[in-house]
Amino acid sequence: MTVMKSAACVVAIGISLIASTAQAQNKLNVITTTEDLAAIAREVGGDRVTVESISRGYQDPHFVEAKPSFILKLQKADVLVTIGRELEIGWLPPLIQQSRNAKVQVGASGYLDASGQARILDIPQGQITRAMGDVHPQGNPHYWLDPENGKAVAKEIAEKLSQLRPNDRAYFEQRLNDFVSRLSDAEKRWAAMMAPYKGTKVVTYHRSFPNFAERFGLDVVGYVEPRPGIPPSPQHTLDLINEMKRQNVPLVLVEPYFDLKTPNSIGRETGAAVLVMPPSVGGVKEVTDYFKLFDYDINLLIGALKKVGTASH
Amino acid sequence: MRASRLTCIGIVAGALLVAPSSLSAQTPDAQALRQEIEQLRKELDALQKQYGDRLTALEQKLSATGTAPQPAAPAPQTPSPAPQVAAPAAQPGEQPQKTAQVPPGAEGAGGPTGALPVYGGAASSKVFNPDIAVIGDFLGASGRNTVNPQPALAMHESEASFQAIVDPYARADFFLSFGEEGVELEEGFITFPAIPGGLLVRVGKMRAAFGKVNSLHNHVLPWTDRPIVINNLVGGEDGIDDAGISVARLIPNPWFFLEATGQVFRGDSSDLFHSSERGDLSYVGHLRGYHDLTENTNIDLGASYSRGHNTSGIVGDVDLGRFTTQVYGVDATMRWRPLQRSIYRSFVGRSELIWSRREQPVAQQNAFGYYVSGDYQVARRWFAGARYDRSAHADDEALRDSGQSLMVTYWPSEFSQVRGQYRRTKYAVGDLANEFLFQFQFSIGAHGAHPF
Repeated sequence: MTVMKSAACVVAIGISLIASTAQAQNKLNVITTTEDLAAIAREVGGDRVTVESISRGYQDPHFVEAKPSFILKLQKADVLVTIGRELEIGWLPPLIQQSRNAKVQVGASGYLDASGQARILDIPQGQITRAMGDVHPQGNPHYWLDPENGKAVAKEIAEKLSQLRPNDRAYFEQRLNDFVSRLSDAEKRWAAMMAPYKGTKVVTYHRSFPNFAERFGLDVVGYVEPRPGIPPSPQHTLDLINEMKRQNVPLVLVEPYFDLKTPNSIGRETGAAVLVMPPSVGGVKEVTDYFKLFDYDINLLIGALKKVGTASH
Repeated sequence: MRASRLTCIGIVAGALLVAPSSLSAQTPDAQALRQEIEQLRKELDALQKQYGDRLTALEQKLSATGTAPQPAAPAPQTPSPAPQVAAPAAQPGEQPQKTAQVPPGAEGAGGPTGALPVYGGAASSKVFNPDIAVIGDFLGASGRNTVNPQPALAMHESEASFQAIVDPYARADFFLSFGEEGVELEEGFITFPAIPGGLLVRVGKMRAAFGKVNSLHNHVLPWTDRPIVINNLVGGEDGIDDAGISVARLIPNPWFFLEATGQVFRGDSSDLFHSSERGDLSYVGHLRGYHDLTENTNIDLGASYSRGHNTSGIVGDVDLGRFTTQVYGVDATMRWRPLQRSIYRSFVGRSELIWSRREQPVAQQNAFGYYVSGDYQVARRWFAGARYDRSAHADDEALRDSGQSLMVTYWPSEFSQVRGQYRRTKYAVGDLANEFLFQFQFSIGAHGAHPF
């Protein structure tokens, strides 16, 4: 009896597995390195794709571990979408190499570096050395925090998906256009919301927000890190505090994966508000898609600035 | 309110500019100064525009000379409707910097990605240079050890690595180990990452996939030394490291990561294996299972087997005995790293159990040994660890060494580390050794990321 039951169980599991793989075969299996790319890929791919991100939005994308379970994800991927600009250099190459998947090898048909058409800031000029910290020779990889770059990424993804599924080109293009127009509308709204605060000086922990600052008119005057990737030092923190007092900087923005100890003490010394501002989809629970990322961050900024404004005037 | 803020900012900015020259000039000449600043700004803008135009002109010229036909040019970016921003350095339309695309496939562990800057004019061939890195490993020792003394100060190893894509089908990795005198090819192999059948094939000289520690380079070890069991039973620092062929395959199953590796080597690995004839090959088999228990915690289990000829039957130059050594190993690694605090906290616990069956002229020796080690990340740059060692000698199972170690590691950055290790070793033959070992490791260049 029990033998029968377990046999039936095994058969049922087998059938469901086969069914699920059969269903998945019709859809393109898209693996992205970050949740932001996954969010945009979902917008463009709709129900013709399955999308999964390797890293989580509340995780430092520079320091993801190359776990073997990710090899399994890559092994079955039709498309791998990466941020590029060496953001993933510390962990993605060994995953790709061990994936046994010819489709997602760099330069192969299923590999996409999404930064191709994006506006990249902080491209170092001249000689660079590691004395400057963990600089990215190909520019700042946190470019997705400008909605215009979100559109550029979406275009790249739509083009890649269309190449792989030519029959669905119209579908992907229609979804792309829809996404772009919704994003344009949202951008107008966000711009209007941020307009009164143009030129607001902020300090950020890491250089995660240059594109965001450029788009929405913030002025990043300093960083909690003395150099990219180098943890705060007492001297630098002291200098930063003095500089912030001098320039009357009202905000310190901290990515969710950094320690709040130094930012909080800077906040206490200068009176600046310390905000944990997610740079990525999934950075906090509420931020479940690309639109909500900006909604959340902008509301967070404005809420804090209103408080600061009433306090200082 | 907004106006008052703007004037406030203006005054602050003005003050900043004036302050260095003269403080007294502040009030009366403010208007004049402001005009002057305005004038300067205009000039700067004009200059920037000029620069931008010249750059675009140059770019056009470059593409016109046509080193490569422009791939379908990206649709010109429509000027965004978003608010105007004081752009730091006006980039007209597209990016003005000169770049070269990395050729398809020319990428890998630590390899270049996407667009690369072109250095100078016709020097684009540099793009194909391999990634080069050097890692220095400086070791110091104090205290007393009569059995296995290491020098007080030594530039123990300088590992030079050269890594690049060979062609669309393969990549190559070379690791040269420089001692203070002499060089050794630690590894040099070609990898075919995507050949049919889901195989990962490697050909060349490589560290064998026996257990965990054997395959690791010195600079990724959590200790300054290698565990006693590795020294006694698996060939020590050099370990099973030989010329051969490796084939690894993932074994599909719905539950966890499972990889089987089979390797064939010439049969020469430090003092462990020795090949007297062409047929004296050595073999390594490895099975690795990995599973994420949660997003923070995972477990990594392995079983290994190796077999080769040993030196115990060699008389003069002839291998009369034809004796072999077989080594069995089991390894377990448990890792914990909370994703959101991953740069500040982590724990790795690891252990390897190794059994050796060594045929010898008198009697086969069945030696056993193991180590258990734990490393906890206390802060972003600080790690503390402990290790317990115990192992018999491969050629005499009755002789057992044991040891305990405590480690503290400090990372100034990702590219350098300082480590201190207190080690107490009880040798089967000889005095108890109490030592303080310390290590400086430093890395320059582009060293490819290591597999997990």
